[in-house]
Order: sequence, then structure tokens, then C-alpha cells
Amino acid sequence: MTDLTETPASRTDTEVIVSVRNLKKHFPIMGGLFRRQVSAVRAVDGVSFDIHRGETLGLVGESGCGKSTTGRVLLQLDDATSGSVFFEDQDLTTLSTGAMRRVRPRAQMIFQDPHASLNPRMTVASIIGEPLREHTKMGPVERRDRIDELLSIVGLDPSHANRYPHEFSGGQRQRIGIARAIALNPDFIVCDEPIAALDVSIQAQVVNLLEELQESLGLTYLFISHDLSMVRHIADRVAVMYLGHIVELTDVESLYDNPKHPYTEALLSAVPVPDPRAEDIRKRVILEGDLPSPSNPPPGCVFNTRCPIAEQRCSSEVPEWREIRPAHWVACHFAE
Amino acid sequence: MSASNPQTVLEVSGLKTHFHTQDGTVHAVNGVSFDLHQGELLAVVGESGSGKSVTMMSLLRLIPMPPGEIVGGTAEFADEDLLQLPPEELRKVRGGQIGFIFQDPMTSLNPVLTIGRQITEPLLLHTDLDKNGAKERATELLDMVGIPDAKARLKAYPHELSGGMRQRVMIAIALACSPEIIIADEPTTALDVTIQAQIVGIVKDLRERLDTAVIWITHDLGVVAGLADRVLVMYGGRIVEEAPVRDLYATPLHPYTQGLLASLPRLDQKGQELVSIPGQPPSMYAEPSACSFAPRCPHAFDRCFSEVPDLVEVRPGHRSACFWDVENERPRA
Ligand SMILES: Nc1ncnc2c1ncn2[C@@H]1O[C@H](COP(=O)(O)OP(=O)(O)OP(=O)(O)O)[C@@H](O)[C@H]1O
Ligand SMILES: Nc1ncnc2c1ncn2[C@@H]1O[C@H](COP(=O)(O)OP(=O)(O)OP(=O)(O)O)[C@@H](O)[C@H]1O
Ligand code: SF4
Ligand SMILES: [Mg+2]
Ligand SMILES: [Mg+2]
Repeated sequence: MTDLTETPASRTDTEVIVSVRNLKKHFPIMGGLFRRQVSAVRAVDGVSFDIHRGETLGLVGESGCGKSTTGRVLLQLDDATSGSVFFEDQDLTTLSTGAMRRVRPRAQMIFQDPHASLNPRMTVASIIGEPLREHTKMGPVERRDRIDELLSIVGLDPSHANRYPHEFSGGQRQRIGIARAIALNPDFIVCDEPIAALDVSIQAQVVNLLEELQESLGLTYLFISHDLSMVRHIADRVAVMYLGHIVELTDVESLYDNPKHPYTEALLSAVPVPDPRAEDIRKRVILEGDLPSPSNPPPGCVFNTRCPIAEQRCSSEVPEWREIRPAHWVACHFAE
Repeated sequence: MSASNPQTVLEVSGLKTHFHTQDGTVHAVNGVSFDLHQGELLAVVGESGSGKSVTMMSLLRLIPMPPGEIVGGTAEFADEDLLQLPPEELRKVRGGQIGFIFQDPMTSLNPVLTIGRQITEPLLLHTDLDKNGAKERATELLDMVGIPDAKARLKAYPHELSGGMRQRVMIAIALACSPEIIIADEPTTALDVTIQAQIVGIVKDLRERLDTAVIWITHDLGVVAGLADRVLVMYGGRIVEEAPVRDLYATPLHPYTQGLLASLPRLDQKGQELVSIPGQPPSMYAEPSACSFAPRCPHAFDRCFSEVPDLVEVRPGHRSACFWDVENERPRA
């Protein structure tokens, strides 16, 4: 087990289900005459956090900051470059293929694009039945019953089980993906932008379904999204990522009402609010410039090139990941 | 308001566009009418497939024909009907008096031409500027949309710029000939919020300085709240509500708009339950013969399933296409 004295959860009595320590994922960039590795995309560059049983941890940040990669490495869909991912008391990064296969049913993923993540040539019944065939000893009849049950749970008509994905709308396809993810009674689900591809009027349907399932099945979620308003709605705690690093992590109220990292503050202030009166009086921190390249991150604090309060030391000294108040973690020299 | 009123720069009436496909006729735009006033920012919202892009692209005949066909309507601009203009005349309007910004700058910027070439081209085509004059103006434009080191950037190719910078180049191109109208189709959807905030800031600022009318298509009701003067809400190829921005958010009149606003979580408020709109968007294959929202509408009654509601003015400047009187909770007279 990890050393709990230095974990974000140390001062709460909630049970930790997933514990990530100094996790890195670098993708090699090949080049030159012999196609050797010339550098690397530092997609995830040393992140540490815990996920508590039964909670929803939101993971937010702009495109390319490493959210999906974090989720994929957590579930070992990609290998970690270094660091560890504890699921209960097992470090998944050290497990054999066979041992990982036994963990797999308990930790699942829901993908962003319901069009791309479902095999167009398989019926809905075979898509949802696949994990049941692979990981359980259910016979055909029992499996069929379970598929019907799963379809009703996610609000689809069991009589449509023999249809193909293209016969469903985007929101319905996302429900199929959810049914597949919960088929094996998992404890933990990584939801990677589960509503990003859906129409606004359909997003609420899917989010409400995810919340109901969490309640009835006792699920734990890592909810990856760039929609900060939706994350405020669904998450208990939120981690903010920038260029492969988590820069702030705390409960929803503290993060949104009292952000301590200048990036979190700028990000929140940039999100438009659907209310003209509120928009008129809001103060904006407009960040200058663009996101630096993750293959050549700035030295010191990764945010220093765009930070409105950066000082000399920010471009040389890496800020420590500090717990400035109980359960409020920030990586900024000036946060207090 | 009529086209003779000096304030109205564009008057669209009864626009209908179809696509003839293998699966049948897509009724993409089903009788859309609206005015655009000088210097205003008119936002167009609605779900995917509701006809936002096809409406605006039809005005400049930018839809592929076939399969597309503009079946009816008029679009009065500068005392002429855009839909009847001969091709050469229309080319002068496009990129000259009316600028268009597309959602994905990568598909509308030419990857093998420098940024400078792409900005100077419309200038050489539509203005009297010579090559040097055009270059100077191009530098000015890039500067205006906040691209640092503008002069050097003229030599850059699109792939050498970030997404946000490419979108700014698109704005610069649209602005090149000082158009009277800019039509922007989801110009910030593909961008991150911090970059989106930069672009929105630039457009607000430019509009104040140049008094250009802007049509801004988006699905983001947050962006609309901070940017628009007036809003058109589209559903099923029709405008179902039209209102000044504050009225729309304070007292939405159409059940679809009400549902849409209720289904949005808010950054500045926590924890209410999200009210979702049940059901799915309508199929576009049939000519509408009822309210397209009726199958999803909490107020629908007999009439909604047998007649298409007209867009009628309920309050000054605030129109809704609905048979239900939401304020008095009874069928409309
Ligand atoms: N298989 C891969 N090979 C090389 N680089 C990769 C790979 N997958 C991701 N990356 C890079 O790693 C970085 C992080 O990508 P990731 O997909 O995790 O970002 P994200 O935060 O999920 O972004 P988005 O919001 O756009 O989904 C990016 O620079 C991306 O280009
Ligand atoms: N080239 C085409 N061929 C056939 N149908 C088309 C074509 N272009 C658009 N359509 C259809 O016309 C309808 C309106 O599409 P439009 O692109 O205007 O929607 P939109 O409101 O802009 O949606 P989005 O928010 O997704 O951009 C849709 O049903 C669409 O499928
Ligand atoms: S016309 Fe009828 S169905 Fe349509 S929105 Fe109004 S009440 Fe609802
Ligand atoms: Mg991602
Ligand atoms: Mg569109």
C-alpha cells in the first residue's frame, strides 16, 4: 500500500480506491536517419492524487493537457513510463497480464465519441454481451437476461437489442457505451468526455443517468471533461491539469469559489455563463499567448509563460505540490 | 422593419433549402425570416442539424448544389436579392461586402499558401490596393486581431500557427475588405476556453470600432449571453424564438428554449438538478406539418400535432413560434 502520510487523502477518513503516485507517460518522438527517439511528448509528467470510494473526481484542463492519457494509463490501456497506480492494494503498473485481466472487470471506461467507440458491425446485444462472454461463465439465456436488464437500466428498449449502433441517436449510443461499461458490476469507471459529442439538450439526460447509476450501484468516477460548468455540477472534488501536471486539487466548492492557482482562476474566468446580467459584471483574466508544446515544456513552473503573476523564480524553480489547507493541494510558489 | 429602413442591412424572408439525398429529401431550412441591423451582433443557436449553417450558407449560395436546392425565399442586401444575383455579382459580395468565417479554419485556409497571400488575395480582388498597399493592409489586419509580430507572420503557412492563431487569421481575412456583414459559423467551438475568450474579446472590440453587423452561429448559450444583442433560436429548420438577449434569458417564451436553459449547469451556481429535455431531435425528412418540438414538449396539446405554429410577436421585439401561452399557462388565442 502507499504511504498514506503523504497522500491528498491523509486528513479525510474516506476510503481510497485509486491512488496515483508520480505517474508519468512520455510518448517518444522518432526522427533522424535511423528513426531513433529524438525527444518525447511529456503527456503526463508526474501526477499524484487519490480517488475516494463512491466519489466523482473531476479532471479538467484544456485540450492536450494530458487528461485522456491519465485516464488510459490509470486503466492500463497504455503503459506508464514511470510511477504507480494503486487500485485498492495492487500496483497495476507491476501486474502480469493474467492478474490485470482479473482486475479489468472492476475498472471500466466510457469514451468520448459514441460513434467511434462502438463496432458498427455488431448488434447492441453483442456489444454489451462481449464483456459478459469474456469475463463470466454465463450461458446464453442468462446472458440475454442480463443484456435486457442492462438496456432497461440505461433507459433503452430491450426489444432494440438486435439493432446496430447507426440505428441509434448520439445520446442513445452513449447509453449503449454506459451499459457495456457497467455490465460486469465495476467499482470504478473512467468517463472520458462522455457528453462532449452530444447536443446540449441530450447532455443532461446522460449526466442524470450517470448520477443515478452512481447512487444505485455505488460507483466511483473519474470524470474527464473540459466543460467546467458540468464538472461543477457532477463532481465532488476536482483536479485541474496544465501541460501534463496537476496544478490544483480540492473539493468543488473551494475550487470554484476560491481557486488558489492562477491558472485555475484564469480558466474559470474564461468560462462563459449563460446569463447576460452575470456576464456584464464578471471580471475576466484573459491569458496571453498559447499553450506551450508538451515536448518542450518551459522550465520551472510549466505555467510561467502565460501566468499573470509570474516572477523570476517561476522560470527556474519548480513549485512544490503542497497541501495549503487540509485537502486543498496547489502547485504555485505564491499560493497561500 | 423593412429594407428601406436605413438600420436594416439584411432582410431574409421565407428561406427554404432542401437536400435531395438517396434516403429522401432533407428539409434543412423550412421558411426562415429575419432582419439584421447595422452594427448589431445577432446570435443563432440551436441543436446540431437544426439548420443554422445551411441557413447562412444558403444566403451566399455556399451550399453544394446539387444535392442542395434553395427552394424559396428572398434575401435583400443593398437593394438586391442575394438569391437572384448573377454569379459574378455574388462573388463580389462574398469576401467583399459580406465576410464568412468557418468553424474549422484548417478546412478553409489553403495549406499550401502563406497567410500573407491569403489575406492579400481578397484585397487585390475587391479593392483598388496594389500589391504593396495590400501587404501593408494585411499587416495592419493581423495586428488588429492580436497576432504578434504580424509582418513576419505574413510568410507563415497555416500549419505553423496554433488553432487560436489560425482562427484569428480567418477573422482578419473576413475583415479584409471592411465588410458590412460578417457571418461567423461556430468560430470558437474548436478552441479552448482561454483562447475562446481572447477571440470573443477581439470580435467585441472590432465591432465597436468598425460598426460591422455580425451573425454568430453557436451552440454555446454562455458565449451568446456575453456577446449578443439579439438571438435567434432554431429548431427543426425553423426559427422558434427571436429576442433581445436579456429577454431571452430572463423570460424565454418557447418551451424548447426554456428546456435548453434549464438543462444547462452553471459555473456560478452549484448543485441544482439538471432538467433534461426528453426524446430526440426531429427527423428532417418530412415537410413539417406540425410543431417539430411537439413530441418532446411538456405543453403539447392537439393543435401542436396538426399545425405549424407561426413566429408571432408576443412582446416588443420578442417572438415565439408556439401555440402555448407560457405566461398564462393556456393555449394561445
Ligand atoms: N499515442 C500518442 N502518441 C503520441 N502523442 C500522444 C499520444 N496520445 C496523446 N499524445 C499527446 O499527449 C498529449 C496529451 O494528450 P491527451 O489526449 O491526453 O490530452 P487531453 O487532455 O485528453 O486533450 P483533449 O481535451 O483534446 O482530449 C498531447 O500533446 C497529445 O498530442
Ligand atoms: N450536403 C448535405 N447533404 C445532405 N444533407 C445536408 C447537407 N448539408 C446539411 N444537410 C442537412 O441539413 C440539416 C441542417 O444542417 P446544418 O448543417 O444547417 O445544421 P446546423 O444547425 O448547422 O448543425 P451543427 O450545429 O451540427 O453545425 C441537417 O439535417 C443536415 O444533415
Ligand atoms: S407549439 Fe405546442 S408542442 Fe410546440 S412548443 Fe408550443 S406547446 Fe410545445
Ligand atoms: Mg482527451
Ligand atoms: Mg453548423
